[in-house]
Amino acid sequence: MLTLHCPYCGVHADETELASGGEAHLKRFGPGASDEDFEGYLFMRENPKGVHFERWRHAYGCGKWFLAARCTNTLEVFGTYPAQSTEPPQHVRDAISAKRPGWTWREFS
Amino acid sequence: MSNALSALGGAKFDGLVKVADAGLQGMITLRGNLADATLQQAVKAATGQAVPDQRAIVLQGDTGVAWMSPDELLLFVPYAQAHACVASLRTALAGTHHIVENVSDARAFITLSGADGLVREVLAKVVPVDMDPQQMPAGQMRRTKLAQVAAAIWMQGTGEARVVCFRSVGTYAFDVLCTVAAPGSAVGFFAS
Repeated sequence: MLTLHCPYCGVHADETELASGGEAHLKRFGPGASDEDFEGYLFMRENPKGVHFERWRHAYGCGKWFLAARCTNTLEVFGTYPAQSTEPPQHVRDAISAKRPGWTWREFS
Repeated sequence: MSNALSALGGAKFDGLVKVADAGLQGMITLRGNLADATLQQAVKAATGQAVPDQRAIVLQGDTGVAWMSPDELLLFVPYAQAHACVASLRTALAGTHHIVENVSDARAFITLSGADGLVREVLAKVVPVDMDPQQMPAGQMRRTKLAQVAAAIWMQGTGEARVVCFRSVGTYAFDVLCTVAAPGSAVGFFAS
């Protein structure tokens, strides 16, 4: 069972309280972007065995979106942070590096 | 004026704990910037309370205020005053970014009372929340999933809990709580 800390209301929310929102840090290009950029935004997703970044919504709680860094292999959660972040904050990156040295995910490492 | 009826029509159940319709309660949803001084004054004028801290609830009798999310409060006022209170809040908040709505008739309100350990246990059977007195002290509200529906729960005091959910699922929530409070189903997980 996945338990994520909601950065908005501060509770450790059980998976059943949450709604998954797919991959985090997707970049939308445009207007006037190329077809390749738009295709990447719409369809191209990471599917890692290991460190992954996801969007979650505290659907049955405060209703807010937040982002989570976790391991798809072990379900270990490295940290959660507000949805307004354009990249993982340093403390989350450090937490991942401590457990998974040399990790990379898209352009982040 | 029409004859206002609460969602559960005064339903009562006596099992491990008493489960009862808490009756008509004025509830007002207020969304806006909780750090805004105008909003804080309006909340004080409406309920007599300051804007609560994260997850906190202050409810005395039928008046109080609860923290719902970083930009949302639930105000409790006497049922008959809800409309007038919404009007005065709108006047007080004119010009600031906000939403005020009377949601009194959109809610079901349930009281659980009995031995403190059993009240906590009955809730713990249907919510993914640690109901330990250290984790869920009185004065702290938790919005969560009660069985299959969204609900807000809090301990009003020792041996008394309150549940708020949507009116449309009020009967379901009441029936679920009666089921898990059935006589003979005690687990004895929490000390009474």
